[in-house]
Amino acid sequence: MSDRPGFGADRVWQSGSPGLGAPAGTEWEMVVGLEVHAELLTATKLFSASPNAFGGQPNTHIDPVCLGLPGTLPVLNRRAVELAIRVGLALGAEVRPSIFARKNYYYPDMPKNYQISQYDRPINTGGSLELPSGKVVGIVRAHLEEDTGKSTHVGGAGRIDDAAWSLVDYNRAGVPLLEIVSHPDLRSAAEAREYVTELRATLLAVGASDGKMEEGSLRVDANVSVRPRGSAELGTRCEVKNVNSLRSLGRALEHEARRQIDLLSSGQRVAQETRHWNEDTGRTSLLRSKEEATDYRYFPEPDLVPLVPEPALIERIRADLPLLPRQRRHRLAAAAGQSPARVALLVERGQDDLALAAVEAGATPESVLKHLEQHLADGAGALTAAGLAGLIAMEQRGELSSNQSKAVLAEMVRSGGSPSEVAQRAGFEAVAAGELAGVLERIIAEHPAEWQRLCTGDERERKKMQGFFTGQVMRATKGQANGRDVAALLEDRAGTSADSAPG
Amino acid sequence: MSFDGPAARIAAAVRAGERSATSAVAESLAAIDAAGELGAFNAVTADAALARAEAIDDAVAAGDDPGPLAGAPVALKDNICTSGAPTTCSSRILEGWTPPYDATVVRRLEAAGAVVVGKTNMDEFAMGSSTENSAFGPTRNPLDPERVPGGSSGGSAASVAGGLTPLALASDTGGSIRQPAALCGIVGMKPTYGRVSRYGLVAFASSLDQIGPMARTVGDAALLYSVIAGCDPLDSTSVPEPLGDLNGALAADVDGLRVGIVSELSGEGIDGDVLSRLDAAATALTGAGAYVGEVSVPAAVYGLSAYFLIAPAEASSNLARYDGVRYGLRVPAAGAVDMNVATRTAGFGDEVKRRIMLGTFVLSAGYYDAYYAKALQVRTLVVRDFAAAYERFDVLLAPTSPSVAFRFGERTADPLTMYLSDACTVASNLAGHPAVSVPFGSGADGLPVGVQVMAPAFGEDVMFRAAAALERLLADVPRPDGAAATAAAKP
Repeated sequence: MSDRPGFGADRVWQSGSPGLGAPAGTEWEMVVGLEVHAELLTATKLFSASPNAFGGQPNTHIDPVCLGLPGTLPVLNRRAVELAIRVGLALGAEVRPSIFARKNYYYPDMPKNYQISQYDRPINTGGSLELPSGKVVGIVRAHLEEDTGKSTHVGGAGRIDDAAWSLVDYNRAGVPLLEIVSHPDLRSAAEAREYVTELRATLLAVGASDGKMEEGSLRVDANVSVRPRGSAELGTRCEVKNVNSLRSLGRALEHEARRQIDLLSSGQRVAQETRHWNEDTGRTSLLRSKEEATDYRYFPEPDLVPLVPEPALIERIRADLPLLPRQRRHRLAAAAGQSPARVALLVERGQDDLALAAVEAGATPESVLKHLEQHLADGAGALTAAGLAGLIAMEQRGELSSNQSKAVLAEMVRSGGSPSEVAQRAGFEAVAAGELAGVLERIIAEHPAEWQRLCTGDERERKKMQGFFTGQVMRATKGQANGRDVAALLEDRAGTSADSAPG
Repeated sequence: MSFDGPAARIAAAVRAGERSATSAVAESLAAIDAAGELGAFNAVTADAALARAEAIDDAVAAGDDPGPLAGAPVALKDNICTSGAPTTCSSRILEGWTPPYDATVVRRLEAAGAVVVGKTNMDEFAMGSSTENSAFGPTRNPLDPERVPGGSSGGSAASVAGGLTPLALASDTGGSIRQPAALCGIVGMKPTYGRVSRYGLVAFASSLDQIGPMARTVGDAALLYSVIAGCDPLDSTSVPEPLGDLNGALAADVDGLRVGIVSELSGEGIDGDVLSRLDAAATALTGAGAYVGEVSVPAAVYGLSAYFLIAPAEASSNLARYDGVRYGLRVPAAGAVDMNVATRTAGFGDEVKRRIMLGTFVLSAGYYDAYYAKALQVRTLVVRDFAAAYERFDVLLAPTSPSVAFRFGERTADPLTMYLSDACTVASNLAGHPAVSVPFGSGADGLPVGVQVMAPAFGEDVMFRAAAALERLLADVPRPDGAAATAAAKP
């Protein structure tokens, strides 16, 4: 992931040179809090009736309200409120009466030159997100706000200041966003990625967002600081913007933390500022300093009334919540006698219900997890829990070789069916023990010299000949013999031979 | 005798097939045309109005009822959006912009058979008390062309007072309906906040703005109010409370009605001639059987200060959208930011800039608590003190304007002098309560004086009851100057 040494998830950073208050050899720790903006899956915009849809010809999903035309007024989208509450409850937040506020700043893609957001009274307060690793990340708030349009600056360096002209598409203006703010609880780039992945899975689970980072429906801003490991104080943070993928997030955090460590290690200070991540150069650059930061002049939005969700609505939404990724990990982990982290992959793939049912049908949990993890990365297809449990039972009875088992599994994924039927259809009848013994006797008779070497050779010689005879048996049975059975048979027969060897 | 007035009479005649809507509208258009020197109108929509009038006449001929305002010409303040005509707010910054939609009140007017004849002049973005802040030149007071009609709804007031239209709609953020109504000798009413949809009213200060009627009689004003009031799903702050029995209220007497004269609004800073008309109103009401007493609304003293923090704060945000990017004026410049600055510099007048700067300042970090938050606290106190007053009184009485109509230029040099014009009216906006200005004779130079009747939230019925009584009583009491009073009650 990283192109420089010393940047791993749990690796220790050390300052290369002594700095003020940071002696040589100081171990540094990254401290990260994330602001995730998730576009909510509503049919229409947060305050007007235009479609909330990605793509479309520029300026076709618009109306007088989302364009902020004079005289228009916002009307809150009920569905957006319900989705916000769904996410809040999924995060264990407290859903409170809230008010909307105006965040005032000028930008051409913001039609009113203020954004309707929530400020000191957000709809969701507090909560937490448990990561697959078991780490619990605190949530500060998750509030509703409207998205802006999109600007394209043509000419110059592609910035608004030096562009020859700018094009604005207001299709996105007014799309409902939920801004989810974490506490600065994350300690590495890997952890930050794990947090975003888990948050995304939670948003998808409750149907609040499609979580497509590549389409911008999930966007991440990172607040990054560093401090000597063990320090209880937070360092000066920088906000990193324009992180458009999980990979970018990891790269940007590592770069930014290294930049700050280098500053501190050389006796300089970190200035509180907003920085822009450049995917091509792999660097962050100054967007604006704290002094240049906009005074947003928040004040209560007078065009909207306080949002006071009825307790009955909140309870209805709570009762309607699906099992969350965290709950599904714990459920499977408990059933399988494993840690939640161990079963995270299957939950992520949505194969936990299958695994759980197979375990409940009596299959060995370890075998169930192994099969799903190793062989079903592309999905379980038509495979049923009973089918998987039956397959594992056949394996354990020695009725299928591991190659056969894999083939049967693949066929069950493709077209379903019971493992015994599939095995039979494929001609995978396990060779019966008596039959196998006969085959071996015939081969011994055909290769007496080799058999002698197996029985009397040294350790190395014996191993080699065991391989030879196993191969011969497999060839004779067209691979249908069970490897373990053959080995046992060889062991048994060789012992008998040695005992009865003449003189 | 309820809902009586020139507009009600036109509607009754049109509905009865006794006169045509076309004749009423043509008459109004001719009057507007003849009174061009008043500067009351920014735009006259003659063709559309005549077409609409013909459609109403056709409806009547077909046996349909076009509604309670059938054929009544109405002028709209030019901050009320109309899809058929430009909406300028008397500002250069909106030059050339025609809204792609109608305000809810416009749709309600049309559903009631009213005919919009044009858009009236105003102080730019409703900021002012004299209509001298219009980018298109001032409006003259029809009673004395050397004097202002008041503001910000000076154009609508002049249209009604000058007999150009029997009705007009205007907006009231701190007195912009009531004060020009008083100065022009007509009836002007601000409804309870939320009664009338603000959808399509270009915002000045959203938590204070209300659209309301102007008319020559209390009955006409109540009629127009009853047509535009009602809950609107497009305005989240509109309310569903029923209007009450307005007809009954207009006809009722004031026997036993408790009327409180607000001490804080009836003394210092109010001209003697205005106070003497207030006294005359009190005396007349007492004579009609009302109980009239003095009442203190202590926080009203701070109302003006709070108003001039809250209104500019909201305005600074509401007017941020005029940036040259999407509509209206654009002054080209090297970059987007420079274009924003050049456009706003050229497009806004001085008073608008002053209030944007003031509002920006009071919302800024480090000043918010000292100014904006403090003003909101005062607003809460105003509501509390009014509530206490309404425990003892059904309606409150005060002057509408501290003076009669003043001369052009008299108050433009010092903005604070102009701001004092709103001293008696802003409290109702801060509280969100209804209030109406009723002409009650004349003061200095024979110019009309308005008396303001205030009522608690959703108390329009009792407010109209007192206002209608004052109107009736005016006919019975001696007047110092008959001419002005006659102008006020002109049919």
